[in-house]
Amino acid sequence: MSDNNYVPSSKFGKWFNDRLPLLSLGAHLTDYPTPKNLNYWWTFGGILTFCLITQIITGIVLGMHYIAHADLAFESVEHIMRDVNYGWLIRYVHANGASMFFLAVYIHIFRSLYYGSYKSPREVIWIIGMIIYLLMMMTAFMGYVLPWGQMSFWGATVITSLFSAVPLVGESITNWLWGGYSVDNPTLTRFFSLHYLLPFLILGLVILHIWALHVPGNNNPIGIDVKKPSKDTVPFHPYIVIKDLFALLLFLIVFAFFVFYSPNILGHSDNYIEANPMVTPAHIVPEWYLLPFYAILRSVPDKLLGVVAMFASIFILMALPWLDTSKIRSAVFRPLYKQFYWLLVIDVLVLGYVGAMPAEGIYLLVARIATAYYFIHFLVILPFLGMKEKTIPLPLSISDPVLGGVSPKMEMAKATKKLEDSSFEKIS
Amino acid sequence: MSEEKKPKRRDFLFTASYAVGAVGVGAVVWPLIDQMNPDTSVKALATTEVDISNIEKGKQITVLWRGKPVFIKRRTDDEIAEARAVKLDELKHPEKDEDRAENPEWLVMLGVCTHLGCVPLGDKGEYNGWFCPCHGSHYDTAGRIRKGPAPTNMEIPKYEFVNSNTIRIG
Repeated sequence: MSDNNYVPSSKFGKWFNDRLPLLSLGAHLTDYPTPKNLNYWWTFGGILTFCLITQIITGIVLGMHYIAHADLAFESVEHIMRDVNYGWLIRYVHANGASMFFLAVYIHIFRSLYYGSYKSPREVIWIIGMIIYLLMMMTAFMGYVLPWGQMSFWGATVITSLFSAVPLVGESITNWLWGGYSVDNPTLTRFFSLHYLLPFLILGLVILHIWALHVPGNNNPIGIDVKKPSKDTVPFHPYIVIKDLFALLLFLIVFAFFVFYSPNILGHSDNYIEANPMVTPAHIVPEWYLLPFYAILRSVPDKLLGVVAMFASIFILMALPWLDTSKIRSAVFRPLYKQFYWLLVIDVLVLGYVGAMPAEGIYLLVARIATAYYFIHFLVILPFLGMKEKTIPLPLSISDPVLGGVSPKMEMAKATKKLEDSSFEKIS
Repeated sequence: MSEEKKPKRRDFLFTASYAVGAVGVGAVVWPLIDQMNPDTSVKALATTEVDISNIEKGKQITVLWRGKPVFIKRRTDDEIAEARAVKLDELKHPEKDEDRAENPEWLVMLGVCTHLGCVPLGDKGEYNGWFCPCHGSHYDTAGRIRKGPAPTNMEIPKYEFVNSNTIRIG
């Protein structure tokens, strides 16, 4: 890569760079060759970084005013909302920021599923990403407990009670998690401590995620390997930076809409009632981004197996690079996979919908079918599809189908390649 | 270098060092893990005494014990008869009503659904006992699970009658 022989222009820069090659790192990040055909679905990595930083900054500020104690937490949150200067804004940005973070991460994950970004040689990027996703869910869950409202308390009770399903030691584990015999003050204080810690672990993993990305380079909508740097790539700065910033701006419009026009629509009104261990709200529903997993949990009639199914539905994603046996990355060249992909999207949306509904009657039946299909997609369809599917021939390079102006057929691609190579030389 | 691999003095020293090191790490890690277990102040609240003289037949009170709700229900004769008439093989978690309520009039149990810890609602459900609104578990008049995802009956805590008007839980 070009940054290997990067030499700073100033004398001081050279002196410093010889001792700590920060400037080389900067040069690598700006020159980093990026496939030129990346579409707007690729801008969510940058948007997610923005979300993480936003959550960390607003979170640190909220931590200055919040009091992690069962008797004071609820009031301190109201204090933030009513008394602290701009406290309402900072809290609404933090609360809705969590939802925006998950919205972006789901788009990011489904983009990866569509274009096969998890496949060789990018398995490690994918697995790190899944660990980040898992930590995000833990962080969000613990953060939701901190205001100590009814949903906080009962959400914490239900989720921590999942561990009581473990045979023999289940009760000891839940007592250990709670620091008592029920969710109470010790639970709240440790959740606050961990809620503060985990985002920094996520930040560290994000750095590893990007590092692992910069080894093979970005996947792209066509999913073929790109020679870099070449006429198929553009430098990260300014091309991708400007595009990412523009996408971020559009994303911020959605973000701002929630913060300023409907800051509570994604939450539950029950959480404005202080936690009461004697009364369970009529419907306990997790935040929207956890609903599909909640639906899977409830669709299994056995307690232990329900918990196992829920965790399996997350961990199965980690094995995805090996469950999908197809060598072709992009769904553009996999006509059957493309259809199953959209079925999976619908399936997850259905799971999310029934997760918010009471677990009875038709909803329970739909949840069971959708849960079964979720596992069938990953455990049956993907392994078989890779072996049976007749894929569309891949173009030779990113430029071929574009400059050839025709569908990416092998012979066409070859024919146009010669033509385009010569024309390129004339232009340049 | 030598054809057969014999454990040497140095191998012994390595193994012994690793073993001592592992014990040392364990000794340091354990306090960090154990500090999360219920502390002495939490354990100190282990018993609660409750005055039950004001509870009428068919009524239930809920008290907090170790941060958890405990139902103290004074059952009517019909409810007792209903609970005792059930055959054991109809139950998901077979327990005799006689074992759950030694004094048949008084049912004392943790008001915590054994599924995921919600508080069931009284005088509800298909078995005239309790119904958990979270995930739809139905309990009978002895607090036994009859229908729904909960695996076991609602738990009976350790309790005793201090005198005819007072129960000590824990």
